[in-house]
Amino acid sequence: MNGEPLLQVRDLRKRFGGVQAVFDVGFELRRGEFLGVIGPNGSGKTTLVNLITGFVKPDAGQVLLKGRNITGKMPYTIAGFGIARTFQMVRLFYNLPAYKNLIIPLCSSRFKKLRGGRYGERDDVAIELLDDMGFERDSLVPYKVAGSLPHGYLKRLDLARALALRPEVLILDELFSGMSMSEVASTLPLLEKFNQEGLAIMMIEHRLKELFRVVDRVMVLNFGIKITEGSPAEVMASEEVKKAYLGIQVELE
Amino acid sequence: MVATSVHRRKKRLDRGIKARTDTIFLIASWKDMLYLLLPRMLPVAILLVLPVLVKGYWGKVLVYACIYGLLALSWDFMAAGGLFSLGQALFFGLGAYLAGILNYYLHLPPVVTVPAATLGGGLLSAALLGSVVRLKGVYFAMITLMLPLLFKKVIETTGAFGGTHGLPSLTPFPSELLTAYLAVGGFLGSLFIFRRVINSDYGLVLRAIKDDDRAVMSGAINIYGRKIQAIFISGAVGSFAGALMTHYYQFLGMSVFALDYSILPVAAVALGGQGTFAGAAMGSLILVPLSESLRALGGLRIAIYCGILIVSIIGFPEGLFHYLARKYHQFERVVEVK
Ligand SMILES: Nc1ncnc2c1ncn2[C@@H]1O[C@H](COP(=O)(O)OP(=O)(O)OP(=O)(O)O)[C@@H](O)[C@H]1O
Ligand SMILES: [Mg+2]
Repeated sequence: MNGEPLLQVRDLRKRFGGVQAVFDVGFELRRGEFLGVIGPNGSGKTTLVNLITGFVKPDAGQVLLKGRNITGKMPYTIAGFGIARTFQMVRLFYNLPAYKNLIIPLCSSRFKKLRGGRYGERDDVAIELLDDMGFERDSLVPYKVAGSLPHGYLKRLDLARALALRPEVLILDELFSGMSMSEVASTLPLLEKFNQEGLAIMMIEHRLKELFRVVDRVMVLNFGIKITEGSPAEVMASEEVKKAYLGIQVELE
Repeated sequence: MVATSVHRRKKRLDRGIKARTDTIFLIASWKDMLYLLLPRMLPVAILLVLPVLVKGYWGKVLVYACIYGLLALSWDFMAAGGLFSLGQALFFGLGAYLAGILNYYLHLPPVVTVPAATLGGGLLSAALLGSVVRLKGVYFAMITLMLPLLFKKVIETTGAFGGTHGLPSLTPFPSELLTAYLAVGGFLGSLFIFRRVINSDYGLVLRAIKDDDRAVMSGAINIYGRKIQAIFISGAVGSFAGALMTHYYQFLGMSVFALDYSILPVAAVALGGQGTFAGAAMGSLILVPLSESLRALGGLRIAIYCGILIVSIIGFPEGLFHYLARKYHQFERVVEVK
């Protein structure tokens, strides 16, 4: 099970003008691992995602995927290597039917390679994926213009778009924010299923209760610095974390 | 009872037939079929018989309209991928020079030079602009604007390929009629293919790049690669127009890099409407004959021409084609209101 970590992040640094958004953050992620990332607003979580996925170039540090250095590569190259992400503010094509949003990753050469050199019927694959995501195939929902769907659906559509790449590493930036309780409850088992099949997941989340139920480990950021990493129980017991969260109490089940 | 005046107002309705969806239904009445096909088939049919009907001066205007139409289509295709160009003259000039050079120095017949210039022009365009596809908006547009002017100056000062005198007595097409059909065929063919492509998955990705390139990148799509492909396709169509013009004129000069070939296609798209190719086609079929028929007015021609363009752009900001398409699908009736 162990062996070489899938994703290695070493001492990443990024500064925006006067703000040190990320400072010497490093961690490892193995196949089938579920890592939670938490931290107050502005603590550098999204910037960390952008640094790993190539949307922002780091000032220093390295990102390695299966030992291969992918630091500073183009976002599409990194996505092609198998690191998929969702966006905190969903980035979708609102004037396209929902399922057509998935056509874009399905047109990538990564998808073609995984399919043994054939794209197949993309529309069918897209509808299939959305069906898993709770967009019933027989309803009109997958065919509706994305812009007309409620927020929770858009979040799940963004997740489906990331999963369409059949990634090895999945990075979720506040996927649950704006989702209803029942939507979260139906999405979590899906993530756990992919996770058990070997997908490594890094999940940034403010809804700690739901997060702590599924993750193996939690990493805590504050002011761009990693303050601790460990099991949910260990992390919540840490004095530093309590200070960072300034008295926010989280109940663990 | 006292007669009260009846107020009337216009009520607008969308035609409620299935023809408006993307899918063609098996059971469609001949009326629905006609409703759907007429606006498509009629202009095509007219264009196909025009070369037989019009000769001489207006035959020339038809060829020009198609040549500018090809440039407008090529502009619209790039714009669909978020590449705003002010330099269709680059594609036009490259195609013209390639065809001219192959014909003048190597004595190759148009059968060879036109396809070679089309392909070569596309490749050269992609190679020249490939390095600047990362530039956004105005910066990309500026480069495309400058490149044809640069080529013109280089040819002028070095005297390469005939310099300011150009290359004379090139091989003409066998007949006037064939020329007209080449122009009309190329124009209609490009229009048909572009409309097909833009609605395919390939076109969907291209349009998505224009909307949000970061979202497309997160789908593992090399957006710069796609943009270069779009430039190749646009460049090939523009170069075909240039090669056609060269053999039609039987002369090649630096004027093929002139600003006209950059600006007029954009004006045609502005008039007809962006994003459907039908708008670009419609725009050039209106603009070119219009500018020709104003020729008699001498100097005032440009002023009137610009005036018409400005008024139409303000009047129909969405473009003439979108406006007409919307009207075609609606019908109005007068209803009483109390
Ligand atoms: N592109 C940018 N330009 C300038 N400053 C930025 C940029 N992106 C992020 N920052 C700054 O970097 C810091 C970290 O931002 P980041 O978005 O990574 O935080 P976050 O942990 O994701 O916050 P949240 O929980 O609100 O999403 C913030 O102070 C932010 O203002
Ligand atoms: Mg964030």
